[in-house]
Amino acid sequence: MTEPFVHPYIPNTAPDVRAEMLAAVGAASVEEFYADVPEDLRLGRPLDLPEPLVAEADLERHVSGLLAKNVPTTERLSFLGQGTYAHHVPAVVDEVIGRSEFLTAYAGEPYEDHGRFQALFQYQSLMGELLSMDVVNVPTYDGFQATATALSMAGRMTGRRRVLVASDVLPAKLSKVRDYVRVHLELEFVAPVDGTAEVAAVADRLDADVAAVWVETPSRTGALEHRLQELADAAHSVGAILVVGTDPVGYGVLTPPAEQGADIVCGDIQSLGLHQWYGGAHAGFIAVHDDPKFVMEMPSRLFGLEATDVPGEVGFGDVAYDRTSFAHREEGKEWVGTAAALWGIAAGVHLALMGPQGMRELGEVLLARTAYAQRALGAIPGIRLTDGAAHMREFAVDVSDAGLTAADVVRALRAEGIEPGVPAGEHELVVCVTELTTQRDIDRLATAVTGLVAASAAESAATLDTVATPEEHRA
Amino acid sequence: MSLPIAPKPALRRFHQARWDEPVIFELSTPGERGVLVTAVEPALREAVGDVVAALPEGLARREAPALPEMGQMRVLKHYLRLSQENLGADLNVDIGQGTCTMKYAPKVNERIISTPKLAAMHPLQDPADAQGALEIIWRTERMLAEVSGMDEVSLHTQGGSAAIWANIAMIRAYHEANGEGEQRREVITTIFSHPSNAAAAKAAGYDVITLHPDADGYPDLEALKRALSPRTAAIMVTNPEDTGIYNPAIREWVDAAHAVGALASYDQANANGILGITRARDAGFDVCHFNVHKTFGTPHGSGGPGTGANGVSAALAPFLPGPRVVREGDRYEVREAGQQSIGAIGPFHGVVPNIVRAYAWIMALGAEGLRAVAETAVLNNNYLMKRILDIPGASAPYATGRRRIEQVRYSWQELFEETGISSEEIGIRASDFGMHYWTSHHPYVVPQPFTLEPTESYSKAELDEYADVLAEVAREARETPEVVRTAPHHQTVHHTHHDDLDDPERWAITWRAYRRKYPDAVGA
Repeated sequence: MTEPFVHPYIPNTAPDVRAEMLAAVGAASVEEFYADVPEDLRLGRPLDLPEPLVAEADLERHVSGLLAKNVPTTERLSFLGQGTYAHHVPAVVDEVIGRSEFLTAYAGEPYEDHGRFQALFQYQSLMGELLSMDVVNVPTYDGFQATATALSMAGRMTGRRRVLVASDVLPAKLSKVRDYVRVHLELEFVAPVDGTAEVAAVADRLDADVAAVWVETPSRTGALEHRLQELADAAHSVGAILVVGTDPVGYGVLTPPAEQGADIVCGDIQSLGLHQWYGGAHAGFIAVHDDPKFVMEMPSRLFGLEATDVPGEVGFGDVAYDRTSFAHREEGKEWVGTAAALWGIAAGVHLALMGPQGMRELGEVLLARTAYAQRALGAIPGIRLTDGAAHMREFAVDVSDAGLTAADVVRALRAEGIEPGVPAGEHELVVCVTELTTQRDIDRLATAVTGLVAASAAESAATLDTVATPEEHRA
Repeated sequence: MSLPIAPKPALRRFHQARWDEPVIFELSTPGERGVLVTAVEPALREAVGDVVAALPEGLARREAPALPEMGQMRVLKHYLRLSQENLGADLNVDIGQGTCTMKYAPKVNERIISTPKLAAMHPLQDPADAQGALEIIWRTERMLAEVSGMDEVSLHTQGGSAAIWANIAMIRAYHEANGEGEQRREVITTIFSHPSNAAAAKAAGYDVITLHPDADGYPDLEALKRALSPRTAAIMVTNPEDTGIYNPAIREWVDAAHAVGALASYDQANANGILGITRARDAGFDVCHFNVHKTFGTPHGSGGPGTGANGVSAALAPFLPGPRVVREGDRYEVREAGQQSIGAIGPFHGVVPNIVRAYAWIMALGAEGLRAVAETAVLNNNYLMKRILDIPGASAPYATGRRRIEQVRYSWQELFEETGISSEEIGIRASDFGMHYWTSHHPYVVPQPFTLEPTESYSKAELDEYADVLAEVAREARETPEVVRTAPHHQTVHHTHHDDLDDPERWAITWRAYRRKYPDAVGA
């Protein structure tokens, strides 16, 4: 600690400058500036915080030392997904979003922050191509929020309260959506069959008081919905809106929901060029057709193209700003604020690098690795795939026939340095592969599970023997 | 010309990069590739066959998405040029974005987080493998509990407005748990509190009452008392308000709310000037939030991700979002949200890289440093106010003759009446000198507003430079108003026409919409 206290982050702690500034404003001390803070509200003691590490080297050693306790997925064999995914992040993506100009900017105008406006307009546009939709927002917080807002939009547009949930949804996502919409909307669950929506059951429940049908594809367990158009037709026949929650990672090879009747498509872009960050790098997209009925219900900012004084020059600005809470406080649509712009820029760079061919190849690799992993695990006696749907990236296995719980599998395989997946119920395990999961990785998982199943069978056989023929054993 | 070099002129001769870069779709060349995807092994391919052909009918995309096809360096160059056409806090004297606390985000923190030990962590890994991340989350929560005086803190939200939503969601759950959910239908806020307090309350189903200040700009306690009733769920206020005025009767505000059974929610977006001076809990608040990206030094990311820190009293703790990080002995564990929790407010634990940055920022400063942050931010603000009020035509409405805390909402009304030049026009012209400038949230209660917040990060010389620029633009407004009206002149692009942004027939929110609506446009 320097004496007097001078800190590198606070230039005007330099004593002479501080004295000069106080003199300039005619103040004897900084205490005068706090005249409006009543004495009895003053803390009157130093904050009780750890001793600081004011030297940069000390700070770095300390925090890096804490982080060194982490054992990341690069040092384990991870089949973890359920919202956060380990995809390759191109080096150019990190380079761009690490630039001071983008990293430390905030809310400048379309002139001095032209680059931010263009990068985000391009993000909107690149997502628009991937999703076959004409309007995409500047990212909101995450896919949970995007979905909650998409359903809220449907409620406002229809003036109705019922939402039919036709897919398995991540529990945390459902938790967020439920609490967010519960004043305005009621969620009703129509159980999927064999992994995907039961169209007839959804149709049966549809009526003129339904605001939206909500489909997730891939579902919580990675199942791809293949009857979207039928769901859309059924929803539209009663004036309801089809909201599709999705992960955009597959649309180089999969038909975009908009081409099968989806009205609002929403989800998370973590898969598009963001590291896992312990689940701390999520951003939500909401896409709609270029229909003012929908657009005017969106709370997020929307950057649009504009002309300038100079022919050929590209300008940008806020589209329909009057929608927002920035313009009209509580009269705006929900609210808008600091959300996840940098992650949107990253996703835009990612899509520009990948191009149509890269996104197609990525989709194919994901389908191939998923199919291989399903076969490898499904072939193990006692391990059963939970449904026959097409899957991308994730699928669930039921381990009950092997006499195991999902938690048993996790516990046993962690001891071998493998994170085999995420339990979804007592006996179901959701396994995730990405393009980074090699055939050898999958084979290693299958071998480990096979070993565990065999050990479990041997143990239960031994138990059975013990129970059935104690005399023999003694003999 | 020969040496010596002449002295610099009084004002910087700035010109921002102007690359005239096309929209990225115009840079596409068929067949180019930006990055290649790892291929599947031949044996795997053979085992699974043609996976696309095997998709259910209708699921395979027929036409490839019209993404651009570009070599890697061209993508990089395009985006680096765009970055140069953007003015981050690292480059400008970023004090013109009042309420946003554009302080220095230390570079060492970027280096600290840039490790697979953080970036390659999956949130559902064995907690035994995540002890470092969990410990930092836990320690940061505890430090912010001390800074706010609250009992528990959650770092789950991704921005200030998200944290405001969490505040009202917890308040709603609290009243419902007490059987008063139906009765308490109103939320009271003030016009100089952030608009998201009003907007989030409305989104949560509440009727919003917005109070205006008294004649001198102070929050009006009598108006509050008239508005409070058994229908009130909460007051949701910012303090200091966006005027930089600290409400000296804040304790009375909280007490009045409590007297009718309402809760008191404190938006601490403007906390930078009061760190270590006074705390939310000491004024009796039940819930509060910090904008961690503002007050605790994480970069603003062109508009996020930020981080919100929600602090609550013990009575509200059961309603915090989950999952929670708990310490058991010397180990850290993850505990699912309890029965009364508002649940998952977002995925997992929040914006973890920001939490680590904030942890490092606080650890670099400590108690004495945080107090120095506050005192210097306030000194800088009062110094800058003196400089601004010396400019003819500028004023600081309200609290005349009083000091301000960390920011001031100024007015160019006098200059506007004299010259017809608006605050927006002054801001655009200020960008010609390399400066950001912002007016105010809407509605413009202060006429021709501008809001400056110098934080602790800028030197006296930089504050002087900013004030000199505004003085120069004010002089131009009087002497050469056309220069101001036709600005910008030294910027990335020229004056932009906003006519097409509010007409659904003409707006273009994506490139594909632009091409559809303007099929004959050059380059489209």
